Amino acid sequence: MPTLRDLDPGDRGTVTGYVADDPPGRLLEMGLLPGTLVEVVRRAPLGDPIDLKIRGFHLSIRKHEAAAILVERVPAS
Amino acid sequence: MPVSVTTVPQRIALAGNPNVGKTTLFNLLTGLRQKVANYPGVTVERKSGRLAGDGPATGAEVVDLPGTYSLNPKSLDERVAYDVLVGRMPGEPVPDVVVCVVDATNLERNLYLVTQILDLGLPVVVALNMMDAAEAAGLEVDADGLADRLGVPVVPIVARDGRGLEALRQALAEVPAPPDRPGWTLMPAVAEVVDRLAAQLTDEVPDLPPRRARFEALGALTSDPLLAPWKERAPGFHAAVLQARAALEERKVPYRQAEMMGRYGWLGPLVQSVVTRHKDPSEATLSDRIDAVLTHKVAGPILFGGVLLLIFQAVFSWATPAMDAIEAGVVLLGQGVRAVMPDGWLEDLLVEGAITGVGNVLVFLPQILLLFFFLGLMEDTGYMARTAFIMDRLMRRMGLSGASVVPLLSSYACAIPGIMAARTLANERDRLITIMVAPLMSCSARLPVYTLFIAAFIPSGALFGVLGYQGLAMVALYVLGTVMAFVAAWVLKTFVFKGDASMFVMELPPYRLPRLRQVFWRMIDRAKAFVVRAGKIIFGLSIVLWFMASFPQADPDPLLEARREQAEATFTARLDSIAAAEGLSAAEVITRGPMEAVQAADAERQAVLDAVAAEEAGRQIRQSLIGRIGRAIEPVMRPLGFDWKISAGILSAFAAREVIVSTLATLYSVGEDDGEPVMLREALKADRYPDGRPVYTPLVAVSLLVFFVFALQCMSTLAIARRETNTWKWPAVMWLYMFALAYGFSLLVYQGGQALGWG
Ligand SMILES: Nc1nc2c(ncn2[C@@H]2O[C@H](COP(=O)(O)OP(=O)(O)OP(=O)(O)O)[C@@H](O)[C@H]2O)c(=O)[nH]1
Ligand SMILES: [Mg+2]
Repeated sequence: MPTLRDLDPGDRGTVTGYVADDPPGRLLEMGLLPGTLVEVVRRAPLGDPIDLKIRGFHLSIRKHEAAAILVERVPAS
Repeated sequence: MPVSVTTVPQRIALAGNPNVGKTTLFNLLTGLRQKVANYPGVTVERKSGRLAGDGPATGAEVVDLPGTYSLNPKSLDERVAYDVLVGRMPGEPVPDVVVCVVDATNLERNLYLVTQILDLGLPVVVALNMMDAAEAAGLEVDADGLADRLGVPVVPIVARDGRGLEALRQALAEVPAPPDRPGWTLMPAVAEVVDRLAAQLTDEVPDLPPRRARFEALGALTSDPLLAPWKERAPGFHAAVLQARAALEERKVPYRQAEMMGRYGWLGPLVQSVVTRHKDPSEATLSDRIDAVLTHKVAGPILFGGVLLLIFQAVFSWATPAMDAIEAGVVLLGQGVRAVMPDGWLEDLLVEGAITGVGNVLVFLPQILLLFFFLGLMEDTGYMARTAFIMDRLMRRMGLSGASVVPLLSSYACAIPGIMAARTLANERDRLITIMVAPLMSCSARLPVYTLFIAAFIPSGALFGVLGYQGLAMVALYVLGTVMAFVAAWVLKTFVFKGDASMFVMELPPYRLPRLRQVFWRMIDRAKAFVVRAGKIIFGLSIVLWFMASFPQADPDPLLEARREQAEATFTARLDSIAAAEGLSAAEVITRGPMEAVQAADAERQAVLDAVAAEEAGRQIRQSLIGRIGRAIEPVMRPLGFDWKISAGILSAFAAREVIVSTLATLYSVGEDDGEPVMLREALKADRYPDGRPVYTPLVAVSLLVFFVFALQCMSTLAIARRETNTWKWPAVMWLYMFALAYGFSLLVYQGGQALGWG
């Protein structure tokens, strides 16, 4: 299963779970929960961090954290 | 909760996620002008004011809190909000009512915190803010439906223009009933454990209401920092929590995620039922399209560099006309005072001390205002948060984080808010490093020094006809400080603060049109602060300095006296010989003698008298207290190319940098025989050593500038660093390493330059 890190800018996915048992609590509080639709909007000019769109707002996190979140790709409609 | 239903609130707290408009609303409610800007983490400490207007609750204390995403604080600013809301702020009772400010365009995440505050059991009024933005985004929010579902009053408002304020005031006229517990539920396996732990906690701490005990039990179960304080207060509970955790882990229950899943699980359908979308949410907004350019892989960094270059160039060149006008005004004022006041030491004190000292610093006000104007634009549009996004990777290499960018950029204005802003950094190591290097960013108090010496000693030509050398020199100084901040951060990360890697989780707010009125007021406030500072500190210091420069008075030098008498004697002799030649009496020669010869003789006399007076003034200032001090430390500063006056200036600038400008102005003014207020720039250029060499060569100027880039000459910075780190150790280290850098690099510049034959 891919992680959020594997998505390219423009891709969308649904969170399915976490790689480790103890994902960063702050990300969960921000709403990155199983079932949530995430869009990777872009990467920062130096490749890291990435800009996500979730629940109607933009959240920027590092690839390192993105790699902790399992996603299922949502085919472009 | 022992709160009767009809009391008037005495204490109202504003809580909510970062950047939702809490401070905008606070300013509206209290009539104050606290800082508002479009990035998360503007407010980092509790601010308090009184409810304005007329209504039952008028005069109640209103407390603005830092933004927080949850009641599980991750950084110091969030901790402040948490402490106030749960009543752990020492000496502060819990608020009577909490106004939960929520962003209507982003309800789900905003309501997460609201459900936590509802769990606490405090009376709540929800202020549904940014209704204008919601409308623009095609969102229709059913406020009454939301009030129904949450069980608390919900008032739609637009804090930016005051819509809905009256309704909110009415909702605050009396304390609403404490809300019922919101209907979200934990997964059964965890709920059961929390109930058990809550019961145990109530046993151990009987004065805790049951609902509150449940809140604390859930927090302690899922968060280490929230568990820690119970170790002393309720050791049995503490042990039970650890046991419960082990048991849940054994059974593979994801208890740490239970709270988020429970709350969001309840909020999802709730928000669905009260929000109607009239636009496709996946459509790119204007803000998204702006971002496509400003954070573009290639264009983004170039634009960022361009913006900074533009700011520094503009600060240097656009301010010139206004600065010239102020400078001329100061000179005129000095001459005016000279004209109307009787001669004497009081007149000297006023003109040479106060007017010259304060005036020469006030000259730089236009530059400082321009700097604040541009930084204000960056903050208000939302660009500031993007700079963090763009810079994070680079900053991480240096031992910082993207989240350090906002504190560091703020430090270009002043290190004090910069150091405070570091509270938003969740990682303690990142926060300490950011604090330690923030004073290396050139703050606005260095501007007067930079400008004075650049204007005097850097040629005014332009590279390729557009990039002025002086502007470039200015940029170079800012770059020097910034690069050194990065280097220092890297050294600190590598050798001093070892610690775990940090996270970077930052919300990127939508771009908003800057509110010029806001930027304007911030400039006015800044101008006031600057003038008051000039008026108080610099005025006082200038007077002290004038005394130190004027006393003790030097004994008359017999040699100079002799020269003066000699000049008078020569003059009389010349007149006598002219009289003899013309056959006139000594008295007649002045009125009837040959004009040319008499005038020549007089001019000769005057020249000698002037030279003697200048030498006496110079002698006086060398003999004065400040002269003695300056000469005492001159040997230490000599290797950097500094004479005793510069040395005295640097010494006086240790409390505040810009003081060197007024010190030099006073020194040169007292040192002038006629005591006119001097054009400091000209006086610097004209100053000579006794052997005729100029005191300031361009090399000396560069050495001095480098010294000011690095040296930490600011008491307030040390004081705030002490407060934010809770020890004198770090401020002391900060001062020492920056002084070492200043001395070392100035030495290198001056000695190296001399070795290369540059002056
Ligand atoms: N469109 C719109 N913008 C608003 C409204 N209220 C506030 N803003 C803007 O939102 C941004 C954040 O406002 P602040 O008042 O600083 O927010 P805050 O909640 O105090 O932020 P922190 O102190 O960082 O937690 C600013 O750019 C405001 O101008 C509103 O009703 N509508
Ligand atoms: Mg605020």
